[in-house]
Amino acid sequence: MLLREGETRIPSGCAIAGIVNKKGKAFSGEDIIKSIALMRERSNGLGGGFAAYGIYPEYKDHYALHMFYDDKKFKEETEIFLNENFDIEIGGKIPTEKVHTIVNAPIIWRYFVRVRKDKLVESEQNEDDYVANCVMKINSELTGAYVVSSGKNMGAFKAVGYPEEVGEFYKLDNYKGYAWTAHGRFPTNTPGWWGGAHPFTLLDWSIVHNGEISSYGANQRYLEMFGYKCTLQTDTEAITYIFDLLLRKHHLPLDVAITAMAAPFWSEIERMPDEKKELVKTIRAVYGSLLVNGPFSVILGSRNGIVALNDRLKLRSLVAATKGDFLYIASEESAIRRICKNPEKVWAPKGGEPVIGLLEGVEKI
Amino acid sequence: MSINYLNPEFQIERNQDRCIECKVCERQCANQVHKYDDDYKKMVSDESLCVNCQRCITMCPTKALSVKKYPIEFRENANWTASVIRDIYKQAETGGILLTGMGNDLPYPIYWDKMLLNASQVTNPSIDPLREPMELKTFLGRKPETIKIIDGKLAEPLPPQLELEIPIMFSALSFGAISLNAGKALAMAAKELGTYCNTGEGGFHKDIRDYSKNTIVQVASGRFGVDIDYLDAGAAIEIKIGQGAKPGIGGHLPGEKVGEDVSQTRMIPIGSDAISPAPHHDIYSIEDLRQLIYSLKEATNYSKPVSVKIAAVHNTAAICSGIVRAGADIIAIDGYRGGTGATPKRIRDNVGIPIEFALAAVDQRLRAEGIRNQVSLVAGGSMRNSADIIKAIALGADAVNIASSALIAMGCHMCQKCYTGKCNWGIATQDPNLTKRLNPEIAARRMVNLVTAWSHEIKEMLGGMGINAIESLRGNKHMLRGIGLTDRELSILGILPAGE
Repeated sequence: MLLREGETRIPSGCAIAGIVNKKGKAFSGEDIIKSIALMRERSNGLGGGFAAYGIYPEYKDHYALHMFYDDKKFKEETEIFLNENFDIEIGGKIPTEKVHTIVNAPIIWRYFVRVRKDKLVESEQNEDDYVANCVMKINSELTGAYVVSSGKNMGAFKAVGYPEEVGEFYKLDNYKGYAWTAHGRFPTNTPGWWGGAHPFTLLDWSIVHNGEISSYGANQRYLEMFGYKCTLQTDTEAITYIFDLLLRKHHLPLDVAITAMAAPFWSEIERMPDEKKELVKTIRAVYGSLLVNGPFSVILGSRNGIVALNDRLKLRSLVAATKGDFLYIASEESAIRRICKNPEKVWAPKGGEPVIGLLEGVEKI
Repeated sequence: MSINYLNPEFQIERNQDRCIECKVCERQCANQVHKYDDDYKKMVSDESLCVNCQRCITMCPTKALSVKKYPIEFRENANWTASVIRDIYKQAETGGILLTGMGNDLPYPIYWDKMLLNASQVTNPSIDPLREPMELKTFLGRKPETIKIIDGKLAEPLPPQLELEIPIMFSALSFGAISLNAGKALAMAAKELGTYCNTGEGGFHKDIRDYSKNTIVQVASGRFGVDIDYLDAGAAIEIKIGQGAKPGIGGHLPGEKVGEDVSQTRMIPIGSDAISPAPHHDIYSIEDLRQLIYSLKEATNYSKPVSVKIAAVHNTAAICSGIVRAGADIIAIDGYRGGTGATPKRIRDNVGIPIEFALAAVDQRLRAEGIRNQVSLVAGGSMRNSADIIKAIALGADAVNIASSALIAMGCHMCQKCYTGKCNWGIATQDPNLTKRLNPEIAARRMVNLVTAWSHEIKEMLGGMGINAIESLRGNKHMLRGIGLTDRELSILGILPAGE
């Protein structure tokens, strides 16, 4: 029997794409679907997905929980857990449309929730930590239930299939968001479990990623020290947690997080001015276990915008372009030109050099 | 006197056609095996004195000599083996504890050889160290959980660290056990390689204090040579609790080895026995260790990391957890194969556990307790080649200690007779006629060559795994698979079997 994601490690190649409108103007999912669809060759039909920000303005203060359930029993079991921890404002099926290539769908459900006040006080945690812990508990302990996304005013939509089919299945042209990311997956072996498709998310963070990181074991074991449970054994999950640890838990600026994950080489550090040298050296010494080694290109999404990053050797393709208020990112330039005929600027970011697309007036991701 | 039942261990064959009676062998052998017989007008050998150090073979200009196992065989017996019987003869004769040198030589399983490394194929690229940077730089010392940045600037400096260009250090070798020339060679090699050597417990000889930036000074139970200048001189201070070759016991440098130099360096009278007690008499428990760690930190103004070295024993994981909580910045763990200048044979061969298990267990325990970042782990005893080292790092070590391999690079032939003080290679001796045989520059060059060669091999293997910085391998057990190991052994090592 094939082991599913989390029971074994499955390397994947991939296509990724992202669009953000810096003014926060919402646009439909049509463009991101077209963009990722052009890179069909980079996926093999065993996983596709999207993350969208700004899609639930009417519930923007609620955590939007997107769920997969293997069957009704797990749904009931999980709902007991949810009711114990959250006030559920509304829950219901996520609308889908029949697409003949998308099969074996789990029960796909969505809840808009707030953390129960009494539980929060009892736990002595902040709200985000509380939600993150609940998500990890469901994913690691309630087999048959899987949290697809858990942020505010955002959601992830994923399935086993080619990404454009996944977009059609979830009717993403009906949603409007100010930032979108997309992923087409080429796993080397998988029984095709829906939870294993990407993006991977935690709270507001979403990650789409192309690559196979060779530092996985070092990253995973360091993260575990800080309470993260790497249940899926995927790079994407580990990268999400690295961002979460550095940015949300350790309150580090984005450039410090980037330095930890795609560190400059020592030969380069030697040439830096003293103060900078000391800082970068300290980052590498303290966060050496979070250096992400091996090939990757990744787009991090949050409510504040998107950030794209390559490994320090640039072993994966990544192209960026701008036009007006839009920033486009994709594995291939053609995927950008498909939806933006005449970009003002197109460039291939260097290894370890982030492309930052924050909303106007926002200081950090 | 009864008959000596001990027949020679080795047989010396001299090709008389080749021998030119130059007497080099006679002059080279401190064990006085060879001599020129005036009556017979030829060289003769007393094989019972031979330790098979191969000095004479190497130095013989006509290659007239060879040494073999003595072709005497006890009646076959799987229980009463030759070595068991010989040990009994020795003890029946002397009534003493059996002494030996270097590490455990028994055929216990070598777990390094039961682990295999990974390499990249298709899904991610391997990296060619000849074309891309490949980084081995390593920091040893306490790491905070996070760093504090205010206005884009570092708000709190990093606690003191040792900065290593390669994750390989020379482990403790004390002056007294080894010659000053050997100590000099180690210091010179450490400096050139950008790493550290370790004084051991024998004090810090004035002639090598120029190398203090690359020297860790040791504080052992005898406190030999320890004063404030000594503590200030070292790049780090290591409290030696134990070593793999003799866990649980102290040391004894006989008075006859305590000449002028050793006396000054160890700060003891000439000719007096240098006895290191089995425990530190101010450390009878973990809270006492904490006091010593902080005394040393106070004395040196918190300017350098403090390391604690222990032998790998059954409960190492819990002990190390205590050591971290006692405030150590580095823990050096020495496996039961670690070498020594002198140790009781029964202890060397029967006490302690393999470094592979100890290291994996400690790393896992410290991670489970969330305190792994507070300490650096250095593994030793024994690292035979670059593959052992890279596996140690994947099992969780920040760096490794090497000593036996460094001595072999200098010229040691593993005769295991260091404790006799008659080292014909000038390494484990204080006899000026012998120590002058070791040229520190040449010995240093050989060690630099060895470690440089290993670094190249480590880089090749790292690149093969798709990794270009050593920290991405540290504790990265996905890169290891076990072969021929039981489920229980795999679970202690924390690795999967090959094929899974």
